[in-house]
Amino acid sequence: MTATPDIVAGRLPEAVLDANFADIAPPFGSLEAKIAADRCLFCWDAPCTKACPTSIDVPLFIRQISTGNRLGAARTILEANVLGGTCARVCPTETLCEEACVRNASEHRPVEIGRLQRFATEAVVEAGRQIFTRAAPTGRRVAVVGAGPAGLAAAHALARAGHAVTIFEAKEKPGGLSEYGLAAYKETDGFAGREVDWLLGVGGIEVEYGRRLGADIDLAALTGDFDAVFLGMGLGDTNTLGLDTNAAGVADAVDWIAGLRQAADLSTVPVGRRVVVIGGGMTAIDAASQARRLGAEEVTIAYRRDLAAMGASDHEKEIARLDGVLIRTNLKPYSLVAEAGGIVAVEFERTEVVDGRLRGTGAFVKIACDQVLVAIGQTLALADLANAGIALEGGRIRVDDDGRTSLPKVWAGGDCTNVGEDLTVAAVAAGKTAAGSIARALSV
Amino acid sequence: MADLSIDFVGIRSPNPFWLASAPPTDKQVNVERAYRAGWGGVVWKTLGEDGAPVVNVSGPRYGVLLGPDRRIVGLNNIELITDRPLEVNLREIKEVKRAWRDRALVVSLMVPCEEEAWKSILKRVEETEADGVELNFGCPHGMSERGMGSAVGQVPEYVEMVTRWCKQHSRMPVIVKLTPNISDIRKPAEAAKRGGADAVSLINTINSVIGVDLDTLTAVPNTGGFATHGGYCGPAVKPIALNMVSEIARNPATHGLPISGIGGIETWRDAAEYLTLGASSVQVCTAAMVYGFKIVEDMIAGLSDWMDAKGYTSVDQIVGAAIPRMTDWQHLNLDYIVKAKIDETKCIECGRCHIACEDTSHQSIRVEAKAGGGRRFVVDEAECVGCNLCASICPVPDCISMDPLPEGAIDQRTGLKVGGKRTWLEHPNNPMAKNPRPHPNAPAPAE
Repeated sequence: MTATPDIVAGRLPEAVLDANFADIAPPFGSLEAKIAADRCLFCWDAPCTKACPTSIDVPLFIRQISTGNRLGAARTILEANVLGGTCARVCPTETLCEEACVRNASEHRPVEIGRLQRFATEAVVEAGRQIFTRAAPTGRRVAVVGAGPAGLAAAHALARAGHAVTIFEAKEKPGGLSEYGLAAYKETDGFAGREVDWLLGVGGIEVEYGRRLGADIDLAALTGDFDAVFLGMGLGDTNTLGLDTNAAGVADAVDWIAGLRQAADLSTVPVGRRVVVIGGGMTAIDAASQARRLGAEEVTIAYRRDLAAMGASDHEKEIARLDGVLIRTNLKPYSLVAEAGGIVAVEFERTEVVDGRLRGTGAFVKIACDQVLVAIGQTLALADLANAGIALEGGRIRVDDDGRTSLPKVWAGGDCTNVGEDLTVAAVAAGKTAAGSIARALSV
Repeated sequence: MADLSIDFVGIRSPNPFWLASAPPTDKQVNVERAYRAGWGGVVWKTLGEDGAPVVNVSGPRYGVLLGPDRRIVGLNNIELITDRPLEVNLREIKEVKRAWRDRALVVSLMVPCEEEAWKSILKRVEETEADGVELNFGCPHGMSERGMGSAVGQVPEYVEMVTRWCKQHSRMPVIVKLTPNISDIRKPAEAAKRGGADAVSLINTINSVIGVDLDTLTAVPNTGGFATHGGYCGPAVKPIALNMVSEIARNPATHGLPISGIGGIETWRDAAEYLTLGASSVQVCTAAMVYGFKIVEDMIAGLSDWMDAKGYTSVDQIVGAAIPRMTDWQHLNLDYIVKAKIDETKCIECGRCHIACEDTSHQSIRVEAKAGGGRRFVVDEAECVGCNLCASICPVPDCISMDPLPEGAIDQRTGLKVGGKRTWLEHPNNPMAKNPRPHPNAPAPAE
């Protein structure tokens, strides 16, 4: 018989869970928004706009908020970034627009661009108000693989241009990482789903769910059936530790977060008493913070390099620390220690960097735990592209500045490609760019 | 510590801060609260003639111009003079004056343009032992439709006539309150002086429509579906009032006539500015109506601290101190050359100076890429006319300075050595110049 690690649901009363998973940055009221908007200096050739991968005209939309033209503000944002609602919530603004804000230089505090963007977009997206119209049908058909940020952005732009779009989505719901991957307190109350509903409301987009590239559809068939194909399926595989992970209590962080995000009731989501999260990116932070918020007593993030090398931003690390997560660095997983089939500890080897190379020091440390969440990166599901003959670079699809792949009629964008940061906003930008390129190609 | 007490046309006050005739001074309870808070004096809200009092609207009386943080920039009102019976006001004035001997108490008056009406009310005010009267020739709404307020103030002959009646029929000091709703403020001030006024006070409110409700398509404030213009006051009117005060102070015909300055005074700094431009007392209304009477505490402390810092010991030393340096445009030195200078260490790179200059001025601020990223804004002295728009709109204090070029330096814009002092009256471009002079460093014209 396998011992059951101490992984249980309902560690916290429902009211505490509700508070722990409430909006991490609550929406602005209209007076708050107006006051926050007043801090914007309406910079010329604004640094914030240049820092935004989708080039949202930030000073303009903030001015529109301050003049009481909230609809106009939303239009300014959504024209540039149709997922402006999600980006307002999940963008690492502290490394993008808000980092570039000139108010940092004068007052060490930027204009709250993300929250203002949320205030503006709510007037359209949450209100379900359509502000975009489609051009006359062109008779052209485009296939989009993946209903994540890249695919949705591409689909919306193509539909607006009058093309007929079919999205093939492997999962049962659209949204990609917005729906399945991000911490719940970043996108509360099913916003991701409502945003997609609004986006699809423009018309001309069909979504086929449960259709996975490589299993239910293949690229060659799509290029035969459609005038163009956009690949935006993200990263379907995760890296593995390369250790024996059969012990009960070891889970992939992406899967664990997806389970949490899809749970109808957070009090049914099991979590260990002592949790170790292995990894240093955003997923590691999201897993660790949410484990604490579900009631885990001790949560440790263990990362093999130093703090500065972590993929998670300073702001994300701060969230984790405020949640009581301990971040330990220079620890490389060495073995998973199980007793009677259940995980009881992770043994790490300490590391150091010598001549720019990470190496083990031969010193070991054990961290006792009941649950291990592995968040050491995601990879392109290469098997799904087998025999497609598409060129790769660094394990991802190679694209040019327009999002064109090595195959004719095939474009790609988002995390599955070799360019851009792995961010929602970067995926939206790539989808938009590729859609523009596709539309140009189809018009000749 | 500086002595803030004043003697304004024989009216003594422990400080120059008075409350203007307005809602805050309509009743004994308000006035006594003001005195307790520290106000040096009040001008009691305007009394009308005996009989049935005026009636105010029973709806909104105010409209506001707001900053983004709902800070009041301007306020307009459609309230009339006091709507309480005359005898009630007179009784309270008498009681207040008896209890507060050290404070100034001036009574504002507005009755029809008939000598008997003025004679009658002056007698009754005198009995209260109030320190003086202020003739309300300024109120621009409601009462003006009945031939009073600004309807009088806009006709210098009426101003002079009524002032004369008041001086004839009273031994009290007479302050004439002027309306700004007139093209040349000097004219009614001169008229008041001719009529024997002891002082003028200004400004009263400015005719105004504060805004339109775009849902109802009705201007505000809305009284049962209709709106009317009101009187505008608050910080937004200060520059207009400062100009009018200085005009009267500079005018040879009225120079030396005591002035009580009114209009947008919120702080000791505002008050000090009025004093330096010729006012010898100041009156406040809007700021008190927005923040309460407590604001006077820092008005007193701030003025006193500033005077101490500058070595002034009494208020009369600063009254009119800036007037000798007020002049007409035609007397400004056109050979005085100033260039903008941007302090890169303070610049936050917002680019507003660049775009303001580029779009709307003289295209004299260049953008350069910084080596380590970011951008630098540099003044092109060959184009800069020294207008100071950039320095005015820069969000960072003291980031852009306007530096005068020293005598002998080359003005890159004209190529001429800085020097000389020509006003428009001596400038060769002025066809009316009696003795035009070329720039002293201009090359001699070719033979």
